[in-house]
Amino acid sequence: MATVDIRAVRKTYPGLPFEVIKGIDCAIADGELLVMLGPSGCGKSTLLRMVAGLERISQGEIAIAGRVVNDLEPKDRNIAMVFQNYALYPHMSVYANMSYGLRIQRLPKAEIDRRVRDAAAILELEPFLQRKPRALSGGQRQRVAMGRAIVREPDVFLFDEPLSNLDAKLRTQMRVEIKRLQQRLATTSLYVTHDQVEAMTLADRLMVMRDGVAEQIGTPMEVYTHPATVFVGGFIGAPAMNFLQGEVAEGGAVRLPGGVALPAGTAAPGQAGRPVTVGIRPEHLAPAGEGVPGLPVTLTVDLAEALGADTLVHGRLAGTDTSLIARLAGHVQARSGEAMALTVTDGAWHLFDVESGRRLADTVGRLAKPAA
Amino acid sequence: MVEKSRLSVWIAHSVLILGILAIALPIYVAFVASTHDVRTVAQAPMPLVPGPHLWENYARALGQGSDSVGNVPVAAMLANSFIMAMVIATAKIVISLLSAFAIVYFRFPFRMGFFWMIFITLMLPVEVRIVPTYEVVANALAPVQSLLNATGLTWLIERLAGLRVSLEWNMLDTYAGLTVPLVASATATFLFRQVFLTMPDEMTEAARIDGAGPVRFLFDILLPLSRTNIAALFVILFIYGWNQYLWPLLVSSNLLTVQIGIGRMLAVGDGQVDWPIVMASTMLAMIPPVIVVVAMQRAFIKGLVETEK
Repeated sequence: MATVDIRAVRKTYPGLPFEVIKGIDCAIADGELLVMLGPSGCGKSTLLRMVAGLERISQGEIAIAGRVVNDLEPKDRNIAMVFQNYALYPHMSVYANMSYGLRIQRLPKAEIDRRVRDAAAILELEPFLQRKPRALSGGQRQRVAMGRAIVREPDVFLFDEPLSNLDAKLRTQMRVEIKRLQQRLATTSLYVTHDQVEAMTLADRLMVMRDGVAEQIGTPMEVYTHPATVFVGGFIGAPAMNFLQGEVAEGGAVRLPGGVALPAGTAAPGQAGRPVTVGIRPEHLAPAGEGVPGLPVTLTVDLAEALGADTLVHGRLAGTDTSLIARLAGHVQARSGEAMALTVTDGAWHLFDVESGRRLADTVGRLAKPAA
Repeated sequence: MVEKSRLSVWIAHSVLILGILAIALPIYVAFVASTHDVRTVAQAPMPLVPGPHLWENYARALGQGSDSVGNVPVAAMLANSFIMAMVIATAKIVISLLSAFAIVYFRFPFRMGFFWMIFITLMLPVEVRIVPTYEVVANALAPVQSLLNATGLTWLIERLAGLRVSLEWNMLDTYAGLTVPLVASATATFLFRQVFLTMPDEMTEAARIDGAGPVRFLFDILLPLSRTNIAALFVILFIYGWNQYLWPLLVSSNLLTVQIGIGRMLAVGDGQVDWPIVMASTMLAMIPPVIVVVAMQRAFIKGLVETEK
């Protein structure tokens, strides 16, 4: 069993003027599943490939099970990787695909056979062992790719967007399978995805990345309820968090456009005049008069999308151009052009610095912080 | 979408049939000529139905050959041609596989320089470099000799040991001389390069994680996946090798390939060309490439068409 330590890791490519990974630190505990989430081009796959040994580490170091692996070949790192397009060997049977690495290690035949059959049993691949990958469905191929990882009995599993080639239904199913498998084997895992649902459901901890920087590392609920930056707040959650430009007033109140103000004590005192970005999640808006304590606001409705369980109301804060999206119960009716009285759940707002985008002191927001 | 009206089907078929006739007719005439005796073939008009001397002519060609080429049996010539074509095709495939492997999968200094050097050889087929190539084959050590001369080593050795250094490695009239100069192939290298470039990177990486070194990767993964391309290329290269004429004509005077042999049979000056034997030899010379094409037809088409990796 193994930990993974990523220490001040940086990546530059020759000829590229900027860093692809700009100094990431992260310690992954034994048996933990860390999901690296971010938009494409944020460096999440590069970081994973550096752990795998497929990319050189420009600066910093990576240690697996306490051993620095910077100069080790992938095969000597005791890792296994599952690729997006499965990367199976098309000319080999499922059995041969899964056993290839073991045969190279010259393990005894009986041992190889035992491991392959065990993995096949776990993954329900037994009937397909003699088939070629092309005779398998996408989900089955994905399972073979996972089987190939399992038989190695590695210290660390690395998943590089393993589900993005599957259709939506299969993806949900495989997501659950991966989670179950990872818990059962209790193998430390790094998982790269751009799908936030996948990230939220799978992760023990989440690393949200942008432009080669880890914007936040924390449990999914932590990241959701206490986004560290404007980017994280906007990236996680669908529909995305609403952002409003506000200004700190006397006594720590925050004035919002349209004459609304968050109550005194919201911002740290003594900062009057400081501009702030206020984030409010769409689900923290509710129709007024439902008894939810909070801040009353009026929304001029532009458009309502009825999704069945929910209705998404797009509109503007009355008398302003600030647009807002509210996620309301499915039975709520809203017509374009009408004014709608809503309540922002008390304390369900997030204050960010305008310049840096970083979350302001956590006296802000009174939502209970989940136990980490 | 190609139109499939009745008329266009007819037109297409008549064009194809005409084409087949145009190709098949001379072969038929050659076959007919190989079944008569010399006198019947020489008279005008030549008969257009097979005659009674088929076995006799073929047996004579295979076993004795024609007097005009010193009675070298065609069977021996066929064997020479076959060896030449096999060596050329096999060696071309091996060398271009290895060079494509190096160019695609390894980062070494002057990689692109080597790539372009191979590319430039496309502009230098045997016909262009025939005289210098002949010189090299006539004495493969000539470059070494001139180096020794230029550096004064020859002089030094002569002074010290009293021996005149004169290196010679003559490859004329050998299988090596016949095949080696034709073995390097830029075209095949590029073909394999393209094949390797279509292999998904992730598969290469998976193999790296599985611990496959370069040699193992080549044999376990690349070769099996290039099988159809290798087969297709083999067909093309075998026929290329089989059809060689100019180069063997130059370098081998006693080691006769069947193509050269037939050429010699025709060069009888004022004498009578032994047409039945010539035509029988021609028919025999067509058989090996036909066998290769027919036997490897499926792999050939798959190798040229298949894109799925």
